[in-house]
This record gives sequence, structure tokens and C-alpha cells, in this order.
Amino acid sequence: MNLTLKIWRQKNANAQGKMVDYQISNVSPDMSFLEMLDVLNTELIEKGEEPVSFDHDCREGICGSCSLYINGEAHGPDRLITTCQLHMRKFKDGDTIYIEPWRAKAFPVIKDLIVDRSAFDRIQHAGGFISVNTSGNTQDANAIPIEKANADAAFDAATCIGCGACVASCKNSSAMLFVSAKVSQFALLPQGQIEATDRVMNMVNQMDAEGFGNCTNTGACEVECPKGISLENIARMNREYLKASFKG
Amino acid sequence: MSGILNSSIGRKFAMALSALFLMVFLLQHFAINILSVFSENAFNEASHFMGTFWAVQFILQPILIIGIIFHFTMGIVLEIKNRKARQISYAKNNGAANSSWMSRNMIWTGLIIEGFLVVHMANIWWHEMMVKYINPQPVDATRYYEELVEHFQSPVIVGIYVVAFIFLALHLLHGFSSAFQSIGANNKYTRALKGFGKVYAIGIPAGFVFIALYHHFAH
Repeated sequence: MNLTLKIWRQKNANAQGKMVDYQISNVSPDMSFLEMLDVLNTELIEKGEEPVSFDHDCREGICGSCSLYINGEAHGPDRLITTCQLHMRKFKDGDTIYIEPWRAKAFPVIKDLIVDRSAFDRIQHAGGFISVNTSGNTQDANAIPIEKANADAAFDAATCIGCGACVASCKNSSAMLFVSAKVSQFALLPQGQIEATDRVMNMVNQMDAEGFGNCTNTGACEVECPKGISLENIARMNREYLKASFKG
Repeated sequence: MSGILNSSIGRKFAMALSALFLMVFLLQHFAINILSVFSENAFNEASHFMGTFWAVQFILQPILIIGIIFHFTMGIVLEIKNRKARQISYAKNNGAANSSWMSRNMIWTGLIIEGFLVVHMANIWWHEMMVKYINPQPVDATRYYEELVEHFQSPVIVGIYVVAFIFLALHLLHGFSSAFQSIGANNKYTRALKGFGKVYAIGIPAGFVFIALYHHFAH
């Protein structure tokens, strides 16, 4: 396949960026999207040009590192995948592909296609944990019986890899799917109840302080989420937050 | 509880509550208007009651006006805040791949409805204020039907009505289920609720349009 790539290039966080066109030929349909970018970068290096910077790590869909807004969609035109799981067979010979970084005030661009997602870390630090001293007195995981439906829903919420596709896809740059997954995974389990009030208040306050937008329930986040995190989690977080607010 | 409107979820909740209140009002408004198709007397009686009963006039009417202004103002505040959350737009964005047109354009459908409400209030509500309080006329419990029929004789008014209610239907197609999601109601009944929401979102505006067209062509 021969392709035209329109890629966002930006020297550093303070520089002005712009879309730059690249031609790439002989792309195998069996390549992953990131392998295609590797080939492009090899060609750029051989020509003495600056390679395109992009995030990646595990390349098997579990680390949440790879991002990329491809042809107007987070992680490209496929469902329940990260960019490293996207294959070039999803494109046709002669296609023009737009490749952009996540766009959100709370995710500033560091360089080219890499954005700073530490806002998610700060939200996690605000309450995405339970305070249990596990040193020397680790409990058996099955010591507390938990209803199957709740255990499953908590597990589903916990599969969020924090990639930020929800924020990137949302027209409001809202982080509610991410935060609600983290709130839900604890809210559904007895271990999470003790700190439930502080957790949801602190995490939502931190989310707002980071400059993410307000959710308007378009559902784009759920569709683009590589792990299929459900909007039910946002409804649960809304309930948890309102409950916590009225408790004072 | 303090400062709940300063949080993203608090604003969402308030927006949803005002929306649910307005949807109940819309249903009540429709229930009275549709009487005009079946019975002149019933319509006059219901309108006279709503127009003269003190609790409706001095408690429910101000609450309704506050509700409309709140929903409108909060909608604009949220839109401004949300636009600020993404300062650089995507060169290519395929919103249709993951969300409905209605959900992405609530601000525009809402602004068109608000524009219609200004015209509607100027035509109907202001007339009521004039007749009842500003330039009081002798009470006539049978004037409402005639005024309604006269109102719908204008093709311009009927045209504005039809267009406004199409946009209201588009607004409600997302807004109905969105309001329930915002107050945290997402459970085993959600699918049924979404189905009912679609019936409400299309049925009620279609009913209002029917009433306007009926009186335009029947007299």
C-alpha cells in the first residue's frame, strides 16, 4: 500500500505545531499501525530528518501508552483496540491518514504525538486506592464473599488502562469515563466502602482542577474505549458523588 | 453539599433536574393543548383554570420561568467551559463514528428552541400578562379557544412552530435519556427508558405540530 500521512509535528511543549505531509510506500497490510510508523521513522532517520515521536510500550494492548487520534478517532477506525492493535489492513492503498495527538487542555503536547497524561496520575493519587497495610498481613482474596455481579462489574471497571481515549474522543474533553471506572472498581467492593465518600469527592475535585470538560453523555468515550468501559460507571460515579455531597 | 454547582457532576445534576422539570411541564402543556382538538369547552376550562388559579400563576409560573432561564444559562455556561477544555481542535474529527448528531449539537438545538420561546412568550404569555395584570380586561372564560384558533391562522406562526418543534424533537432525542444518566439512573430499566424517551421525544413535538396544523387548516 502507498499512503499519505498527515502528522502533527511539534518540537516541544512551547513550540507551535503543524500538520506535515509524508508519503510512505510498500506498507504491508499485516503491519500494525505502530510498525508502519517505525518504518516511516527509519526512513526519516536515513534521510537525516527528525523522527516522529509517539508513545508506545507493551504493544499488546494492555499498558495504555500508545495514543494517537487517527482519521478523526481515538486509536483509529476499529473498536475495542489500542493503536498498537490496529492493523494497516483497515486502510486502503492511496488513503490519506491524519495522525494527531490527544487534544485536551489537561493533556498538553510534549512533543509531536506525545501528550502529558500525568493529570490522570494526579486524579489517581487523589483517591484511586484503598488504605490497607498489606505488609505482613495479606488477606486471602476470597476471604470476603462478594456478589458475583458486583465482582464482575468491579473487574470490568478495573480493566481501564488509563490511555485517555475517552478524553480524546469526548467533544468536551471530559475525563468522566476514566474517573468513573476508578471510582467504580472500589465502590462495588466492600474494601472500597470505608473511604468511598472522600474518594469520589477528591477524585472529582482533582478532575475538575485539571481542566477536563463536563460530560454531556454523548457516549463517544464508551464507543472508543479500548476496554469497553461502560457508561454505567459514569452513572454510578454520579450517584456516589451526590451521595457524598449530601453527606457533607 | 456546599458548592455543588461548582463541580462538574453538580452542574450535570442541576442541568438534568431542570430538564426533567421542563419535560414534565411540556407534557402538561401538551395535555391541555390537545383538548382544543376535541373540545372547545374543555380547552377553555383548562386554560381558564391554569390562567387564574393562584398557585399556578404565582408559584408554578415563576418556578417554570426560573427553570427555563436556569436550563438555558447553565447550557451556555457548560458549553463555554467545555470549549475551553480543548483549545486546539482536531484537523480531522469523525464525531459521527461514535456519537449521534443530536448529542453533539445540544447547544444549537437548544438555542433554536430558546429563540422560539422568546417569540412564543411575546405572542402568548405577554398577551396574557397584558389582559390580566397590565391592562386588565373583564374576565372572559371562553376567550382562549378563539385566541388559539386565531393564533394558528398565520402561516408564519405555524411555520415557526413546525421548525421549532422539529428542533425540540432532536433536542429531546438525546436529552431525555441523558437527563436520567446524569442523575445516576443507569440500570436494567435503561433500555426501556430509552425506548420510552424516543416515543416522548418524537410523539410530544409531533402532537404540538398536529395541533397547530389542525387549527390552521380546520378553520
